[in-house]
Amino acid sequence: MISKNAKRTVKALGAATALALSLGQVAVADGHAGKLKVGMLTTLTGGGAGLGVDIRDGFLLAIEQSGNAGIEVVVEDDQRKPDIAVQVADKMIQSEKVDILTGIVFSNLALAVAPSATAQGKFYISPNAGPAQLAGRGCHENYFNVAWQNDGPHEAAGATANKMGIKKAFIWAPNYPAGQDALTGFKRTFEGEVAQEVFTKLGQTDYAAEIAQMRASDADGIFFFAPGGMGISFLKQYADSGVDLPLVGPAFSFDQTILPAVGAAAEGVLNTAQWAPDLDNDASRAFVESFKEAYGRIPSIYAQQGFDTGLLIASAATKADVKDADAFRAALREADFTSTRGDFKFGNNQHPIQDFWVRKVIQLDDGTFINTAVEVALEDRQDVYATECALDW
Amino acid sequence: MSTILLIEQILNGLQFGVMLFLMAAGLTLIFGVMGLINLAHGSLYMIGAFAAAAVAGWSGNFLLALIASLIAAAIFGVIVEMTVIRRLYKRDHLDQVLATFALILIFSEATRWTFGSFPLFLDIPAVLKGTVILPGGIEYSLYRLTIILIGLAVALGLYLLISKTRVGMRIRAGENDREMIGALGVDISVLYTMVFALGAALAGLSGALVGAIQSVEVGMGEPVLILAFVVIVIGGIGSIRGALAGAILVGLTDTLGRTLLPVLFSSFMDGSAATTVGSALASMLIYILMAGVLIFKPTGLFGSA
Amino acid sequence: MIREGTLNIVILCLLVAVPAYAYVMNEPFTITLATRAVIFALAGVGLNLALGQGGLVSFGHAAYFGMGGYAMGILASHAQNYDPIFDGAFLIEGTNSMPVIWVVAVVSSALLALLIGALSLRTSGVYFIMVTLAFGQMFYYFAISWPAYGGEDGLSIYVRNQFPGLNTLDPIQFFGICFAILCLVLLFVDRLNKSPFGLALNGAHQNEERARTVGINVYKLRLVAFVISGAITGLAGALFADLNRFVSPTMFSWAISGEIMIFIILGGVARLFGPVVGAAVYILLEHFLGGLSDYWFIYLGAILLGMVLFAKGGIIGKLAKKETHHGG
Repeated sequence: MISKNAKRTVKALGAATALALSLGQVAVADGHAGKLKVGMLTTLTGGGAGLGVDIRDGFLLAIEQSGNAGIEVVVEDDQRKPDIAVQVADKMIQSEKVDILTGIVFSNLALAVAPSATAQGKFYISPNAGPAQLAGRGCHENYFNVAWQNDGPHEAAGATANKMGIKKAFIWAPNYPAGQDALTGFKRTFEGEVAQEVFTKLGQTDYAAEIAQMRASDADGIFFFAPGGMGISFLKQYADSGVDLPLVGPAFSFDQTILPAVGAAAEGVLNTAQWAPDLDNDASRAFVESFKEAYGRIPSIYAQQGFDTGLLIASAATKADVKDADAFRAALREADFTSTRGDFKFGNNQHPIQDFWVRKVIQLDDGTFINTAVEVALEDRQDVYATECALDW
Repeated sequence: MSTILLIEQILNGLQFGVMLFLMAAGLTLIFGVMGLINLAHGSLYMIGAFAAAAVAGWSGNFLLALIASLIAAAIFGVIVEMTVIRRLYKRDHLDQVLATFALILIFSEATRWTFGSFPLFLDIPAVLKGTVILPGGIEYSLYRLTIILIGLAVALGLYLLISKTRVGMRIRAGENDREMIGALGVDISVLYTMVFALGAALAGLSGALVGAIQSVEVGMGEPVLILAFVVIVIGGIGSIRGALAGAILVGLTDTLGRTLLPVLFSSFMDGSAATTVGSALASMLIYILMAGVLIFKPTGLFGSA
Repeated sequence: MIREGTLNIVILCLLVAVPAYAYVMNEPFTITLATRAVIFALAGVGLNLALGQGGLVSFGHAAYFGMGGYAMGILASHAQNYDPIFDGAFLIEGTNSMPVIWVVAVVSSALLALLIGALSLRTSGVYFIMVTLAFGQMFYYFAISWPAYGGEDGLSIYVRNQFPGLNTLDPIQFFGICFAILCLVLLFVDRLNKSPFGLALNGAHQNEERARTVGINVYKLRLVAFVISGAITGLAGALFADLNRFVSPTMFSWAISGEIMIFIILGGVARLFGPVVGAAVYILLEHFLGGLSDYWFIYLGAILLGMVLFAKGGIIGKLAKKETHHGG
């Protein structure tokens, strides 16, 4: 059964009447209370809304495909504000009585919500944010991450830079914890030397000064982490600057949510993620097909992560009752679902052990830009914080 | 840091300043003539960028896109002025701040409702792509040079409009004595609507110009809006000349601050920490500049009490 | 139309009745919402002293709200990690005692308000609005990029701080604490407004020249009001951090400054209970509109706009009779 809220949002998409109808039918068919209630708390308004919308859509698709009428989903907006996120999470836990919370896009919001949710005995399953604080000493038996620990894509970018033959890298990121972690993650696997390290202002939109520094430096490659609009601005300005050092970075600046806005400026750039839309496995192909059919667009990694999160919860729901937390936790730990990214298992800190791919931005014949999987950058990668986590199972 | 790089950074600062000026000019004009604080100016900037992206996507013509941005922002400006803004002229600043804050909410979400949650594509035209070599061997983006020229042209145009034309005379008269100009038989409400539309069109134009090298997305207007406020406050609210001076001062301070401060700090701190601290300070620098200016000149550089 | 005093009592009763009802019906989240409204009201009461009585339109009160929040966050995180704040010639330990945290929050935000006020009050009108905004932004960017206390990630405090004799994790008891503080502050502000100080402040707002000619040092008067105003908002910040068990730089953002202002204008500028009504109505709007549509900000914007354009004097101004001693 899908609650009123979720039904409304799915309909509001206007993407797939068929999907909305089928969800409606599920709700009618299953009159009694749901066996498992999931709170999908994500960013649905303002600048970051695109990412939250993708997570939600991927997630709802997986739940719908599972055909499990016992899973009920409530969807709410966190406005990308930590205090609103805490408030809505409290509401979901205290008055909606959800068993599982998921959906948060941004690390600072996840850090506000996850500890208090797990402290109240609920599960938090992260479809995106994976801050180090929750992966190491601060890990928790009821906190799972289906995407990656935040450092993963940056470490993969470091490995990719080595393969690209970069010896001296110019590295930059916005000056906030995720940006500082990005540079640390990159340096962990990068074997060359760092020519220059630059922190920009969070939300900065003009990069002329930084590009001038790149031109003047003796670097032979550039690593950068600039999510959302910052990445769009940088890529457009870099493409027009005449500087032609090779770029490498995590997928966040090259993802399907922003590629249409960057266009040719991103063509050919290598970037790293756990998944690409043309990944060669049946689960991924089926997911991309059904997502396109339901919503009329190519799924992003956020959609893929939302989808895998849905698969994980659905898989655990068939094995155990969520009211029996120990049994349900054990079922989650098994990760007995066919991930769209291929092999997937949890480490002791309940973060993924998985391959990271090098992806390349290409233009299809119909003019759309898309990421194509090139090769594996890091195989069976586990985050470095896992050893600090006291969980043992 | 080499001299060439320093000169290039000064040019970058100048260019950033001119971009800010395009935005700030309309804001300061509206304040100067009508005494209105318009927080929704950033929304008009966003509307310009979205209109340009939509028209460029449909026609493939950048010039057409620029014209569309001017027209769309001006039309929205006129609509908003006639329905909402004109009720606010006689209100205190507090009401103006709240009402235009409400307009931001409406415009942002309405734009998202119309165009979706994902950023739009807008590219610079082929003729302006690439770089040129300036004297001294500086390689500089042609498009950025064009922005500098357009900004200076707008500054000159505004100067001529205000000091040489009949409309300009009325605008100046309106700035000095609102009651008097009405008494002289000038239709003040038409004049106000025109000035507001002009300010809106400038915001829309700058949204389109800047949108081509930045991200066209919902919420793009607010960071620029705050910067534009800093600019006009430093320059003296209501003064076009002040807006130009303030914009260039802010552009230079920000650009040079964020490139030089980390270098400065690394002379006595270790690498990573110096970059973090230097950048942290650099992000506060323009606000420090503004506070400093106001402490010594409480009405800005070119403002009158 | 009823008398404002009567209306105020009705408002207070409602403010207690809602969580009391929720307690009986076992709806803890409604109590959390009411607590949020009470805390925002307190922040608004603080700003209202400067803005309503003093005519000082501060667009940067988020700075004090955030300062109070971080006072709680920093003290509590050190206590949580058993890690002293300063360990040199003398020892400063963190604490999880609410009263101590409140004192620190009030003192630190008062000092901050003294510094910012002393500089900002040299300007007036729009310049004052903008320079306070600039100071707020300065702290916002500082908090985001300063790594020591979490930067943009903020600080999570896992357990709510302690108040002697009470279980603060129980929503209704924490509501009680916040409500009691709000009442005490309202009482204090009411006395202050009616004191010679308050009358002089309001007088300087109505007519600055006249105030000067009767020998009032307007700058000093306003500075004192600004400091008290900042201190109250700082106290609200500390409570807000405890409500969420979390602090982050968003507490410093200009959107918070704007929201605190909205509470006042919604409820009624310079009305003692204006921010209380405004905050409660805002929380209700946010709660119910959020369920209507993904694009609910459009409705919120339209309602705010309608309020400004057509309901001058705010909700209290619409409901209560005009009272002579109130300016605005």
